[in-house]
Amino acid sequence: MASPLKCDLCSNQATVHLTQIVNNKVHKVDLCESCAQAKGVTDPSGFSLADLLLKASLNPDNTTVGVRCEQCGFTQNDFKKHGRFGCPQCYETFSSLVEPMLDNMHKGTAHTGKVPQKSLERKTLHDRLGELESNLGDAVKTERFEDAARFRDEIQQLKQAFEQHSKPAR
Amino acid sequence: MTITSLLSTPSELTDTASSKCPIVLMTRIRLARNLAGRSFPGWSREAQRAEVLEVCREALADTAPMKRSIKAAVSELTDLQKQILVERHLISRELSGSKDGAGVVINKDQTVSVMINEEDHLRIQVLRAGFQLKKAWSVINALDSELEERLDYAYSPKLGYLTACPTNLGTGMRASAMMHLPALVISGQMEKVVRAVNQLGMVVRGLFGEGSDASGSIFQISNQTTLGESEEEIIKRLGSVLESIIEHELNARAKLLETDAPKLHDKIGRAYGILQNSHLLTSTEAMNLLSLLRLGIDLNVFPEACRTVIDRLFIEAQPGHIQNTVQHDLESVQRDVLRADKLRMEFATFAKPTFTINGQN
Repeated sequence: MASPLKCDLCSNQATVHLTQIVNNKVHKVDLCESCAQAKGVTDPSGFSLADLLLKASLNPDNTTVGVRCEQCGFTQNDFKKHGRFGCPQCYETFSSLVEPMLDNMHKGTAHTGKVPQKSLERKTLHDRLGELESNLGDAVKTERFEDAARFRDEIQQLKQAFEQHSKPAR
Repeated sequence: MTITSLLSTPSELTDTASSKCPIVLMTRIRLARNLAGRSFPGWSREAQRAEVLEVCREALADTAPMKRSIKAAVSELTDLQKQILVERHLISRELSGSKDGAGVVINKDQTVSVMINEEDHLRIQVLRAGFQLKKAWSVINALDSELEERLDYAYSPKLGYLTACPTNLGTGMRASAMMHLPALVISGQMEKVVRAVNQLGMVVRGLFGEGSDASGSIFQISNQTTLGESEEEIIKRLGSVLESIIEHELNARAKLLETDAPKLHDKIGRAYGILQNSHLLTSTEAMNLLSLLRLGIDLNVFPEACRTVIDRLFIEAQPGHIQNTVQHDLESVQRDVLRADKLRMEFATFAKPTFTINGQN
């Protein structure tokens, strides 16, 4: 006889088997009685399948086990515990964990909505400025003064543009 | 402005709105936003959270909608003040229970509130009485764009706005409507509606969000997914789901009137009688009675002008608001007495019901 199904949240025997069709996708969750109670599965108005699927989709043989987010020190285990990430950078650190989750969780896997245009332009300017400043430093060090002058002018121009962009609209 | 004065100022939900209508009590949109390069609130130290609070407050102070607003740190608020803000849908239960560094900024007419250091650095919310999805979106979109000029948002071209929980990735948007569906409840069709709505990728919850009950036959319907669709698409899809729920509710009302008008009129009439004469009312019972009177307004049993009174009482009959009317702490039984007193007073001067056979005047 096949071994009984295990609960997706703990390892007890699963007795509640939930199938739900959202956006034409079939989602299945197996739960033991106490997890089902705790998650309010018996009350159709009070539970969110997305939350359950989120926890259930974390399988332990994932490749990011032992990886630590450089920015914030977050680990996959922390995610398993909290169901939330540590910082924006975590989405890159744990991309192999996030990607398979998204398909179940959302309508699509790529963003098609609003873009924070101003925020991004500012960042681009900022990154370019940093690059030019380090170029300028290098040029001065190696006594390439013509290059240095060119970098300096470009920095001036960018800074003016930057100020215009960051001026608060009142 | 202080919290105390805010609570006594007329607000969108309790008084001022002109957009009140049958079935849809209010529309709400929230956006989850985070600052680039900083840990999410649940994973950051106190000092980091304090810094985020400061940065966000400063950025907010310059925006047009928040020119006249109140700021409060959650730690400065009393339990009662927090409860009242929850009852007005201005902060979440989660924020009210959070630790240091959490805060909220609320504008004067209480249509915009921004929670800081809840699950995400920023939870921007716009709320409107009635069915106003497009209006709410245009207001919140403008505020978000203003903020983006001052704050570097955590954003990825592929995943959109990066949020602490992956269920909010993409637009970070949750649009919702608070719907009054008494006829679907009376006729036992609510479960069917919930299932159908779920299949369309929308979620049904009680009045105060996840896990809350649906007293007063009031339900919150919102989008479940945030990634893979634009904000406009989500709003359009939610809008059409809401339209179809409205249609079902109206059909259920017509059916009830057609098959058993006396039973429905009896419910409304009795609710009116209890509100005028009771001396002990729990908040759940009060919600259910007020709900029947709101249905009465929709069916022309009471004049349209009464709608504002009912909508205001939906909020003012909540435990925090009742407690706030007196100085000393109340036991829940004492609150039930005060609630009944208040409602008796309100309904002493309320319009008399006029029942006609087909429910139409």
